[in-house]
Amino acid sequence: MSKVYATYNNIISSLGFTSSEVVANIHQQKSGLRLIDNSEIFSQPFYSSLIPGKKLNEVYSSIATKEKHTRLEQMMITSLNAIIKDSALSITNEVGLIIATTKGNIDVLEDKSSFPKKRAYLSELAKQVANYFGFITEPIVVSNACVSGILAIAIAKRYIEQGVYKHVFVVGADLVTEFILSGFNSFQAMSNKPCKPYCKNREGINIGEVAASVLITSDEKYLNEEAVEILGEGSCNDANHISGPSRTGEGLYRSIASALQQANINASEIDYISAHGTATNYNDEMEAIAFNRHQLSKVPLNSLKGYFGHTLGASGLLETIVGMHSLKNNMLYASLGFEELGVSEPINVIKETTPKQLTAFLKTASGFGGCNTAVLFKKVK
Amino acid sequence: MKKEDNFYITSYCSIAKGKLHLNGELLYENDNSDFKEFIKEVYKQQGGKYAKFFKMDNLSKLAFLASDVLLMNENLNSEENDIAIVFSNNASSLDTDRKHQKSIQNKDNYYPSPAVFVYTLPNICIGEISIKHKLYSENSFFIFDTFNAEKLHAYANSLLLNNKAEQVLCGWVNYDEDTYEAFLYLVSKKGTKTHSIKEIITLYTT
Amino acid sequence: MDALKQELKENIIEQLNLEDVSVDEIGDNDPLFGDGLGLDSIDALELIVMLDKDYGIKLTDPKEGKAIFESVEVMANYIAANRTK
Repeated sequence: MSKVYATYNNIISSLGFTSSEVVANIHQQKSGLRLIDNSEIFSQPFYSSLIPGKKLNEVYSSIATKEKHTRLEQMMITSLNAIIKDSALSITNEVGLIIATTKGNIDVLEDKSSFPKKRAYLSELAKQVANYFGFITEPIVVSNACVSGILAIAIAKRYIEQGVYKHVFVVGADLVTEFILSGFNSFQAMSNKPCKPYCKNREGINIGEVAASVLITSDEKYLNEEAVEILGEGSCNDANHISGPSRTGEGLYRSIASALQQANINASEIDYISAHGTATNYNDEMEAIAFNRHQLSKVPLNSLKGYFGHTLGASGLLETIVGMHSLKNNMLYASLGFEELGVSEPINVIKETTPKQLTAFLKTASGFGGCNTAVLFKKVK
Repeated sequence: MKKEDNFYITSYCSIAKGKLHLNGELLYENDNSDFKEFIKEVYKQQGGKYAKFFKMDNLSKLAFLASDVLLMNENLNSEENDIAIVFSNNASSLDTDRKHQKSIQNKDNYYPSPAVFVYTLPNICIGEISIKHKLYSENSFFIFDTFNAEKLHAYANSLLLNNKAEQVLCGWVNYDEDTYEAFLYLVSKKGTKTHSIKEIITLYTT
Repeated sequence: MDALKQELKENIIEQLNLEDVSVDEIGDNDPLFGDGLGLDSIDALELIVMLDKDYGIKLTDPKEGKAIFESVEVMANYIAANRTK
């Protein structure tokens, strides 16, 4: 089977509108999280990283057509436009589009929205994005809770291997809305401080907003500086509870095992783990247990939630892209917010940004519905 | 012969328009136009004994029952079963999304419910089925405009060819504004009915 | 107090969709979680919403709930002492 790669990439976020700019800010350990006190979004102040509206408007306006797009569509189009341009790949019937999102245009259900309620259908969102770029193939939406972003990469690889596509553009985004904030708040899961993944003093999650996109291809002509080979992937269910993480880390453990087996590498060859680390008690604990079951306790690991908060359907995609840059820069980025280990099994959380020769990394994510995904990546150049 | 031609559809099931079919045979019919009542009657008729069923949202009830009916003759193991789930629909979890949105619309009566919010993701129904039948396997939930046999076919083949699962439970489960439709089929490595796009469409449309 | 307990049992069955359970089957001192009614973590969160909505009691720490939701008896005593509506 031919190799499949992740290559051209973009991040639209509070820390910048290109991946390199965002990664440079992460290098400086700058967080995009701010206290937002805006009753239009939520009745109480909350920490979040929001994409600056003015800048989004500026960049989007420069590429806008006469079609009116929602904020989420603008985010996706702006991000995707960057990599379609950079890759100079023409959109043919061999090119797929996969959209990763949990809630799509959910804000159109609010009374104040000027868009038709129909726009809340994820296939409508997909049509808007696909039509803007003139995709010929029907777009696929992956809505699989918080693993959507990383699972979308795995799905793109699988469709390429099956010969359905030669190249797939993957874009992921979710909005910070009252819908989401009120829900996580009812779960008593939100922290009223910047989140602290894996830390003894963690108090819960922050919700954040980014749009991220990446080109997945089997064609080596399209590999850029950050390109990585996708070695193997797995996405397994906990079969335990619809919202509570498994106490044994079962699904995550199996996802990693499945990815390792397919990649045909040993756990000891993993140089770095880009973990999920939402900063809730149970999630972080579950991950520590799963990593230990694979003897990964000494591998440097971070969660990027301290920079962006939890960006839901985009998070796995965003974090994969930062991981690709980590490999290119041979740099381990600090897991922001972490002070003292607060999980029962040992894990090696990266405290300071440190240079290190890196070849392969593991990206993991877990979400509601008991879903988990693990993907292994290896540097090309 | 390509390897992927060696997969088979071993069972299929549908729940729509007041009828429950298994492998083309009508198992139950009820013209109760209220979905909640209808699905409860199907559950009772199938001898349902699963208290959590009543906590599920409409989409999960639909997907859960269709899976239950399809898997009941599969001699499942009580410890673990290597069956992946690949579901799709058009309306995602919009039925429940609207409920959650309604609970936060009025600031004087603002009580968002965690038990509703958790179902505002389409893949929760996959979680419910995985818990019931102990499926620690691959999951994916796709949203398409309409039923897309090609994409489900290719994805199931990928999972089986790469030994990600022994069997794949595929299909379409949609619940939107009182209309409901479940069509599920099980893809296996042994059988007689070939797993082809044409066959999937035939089973879906008849 | 008996009226409150009766009301609580009805509300618990209604709010938590305990379709197969009747009011008579819930004893005042039966444990609600674990082996009792088999409630789980989402039910606990839902009971926190119920306390707020029906009795004007706001719990911010789910750990507090654990002690309060031990049984209908304990819940009724807590509500009687702390209700604001």
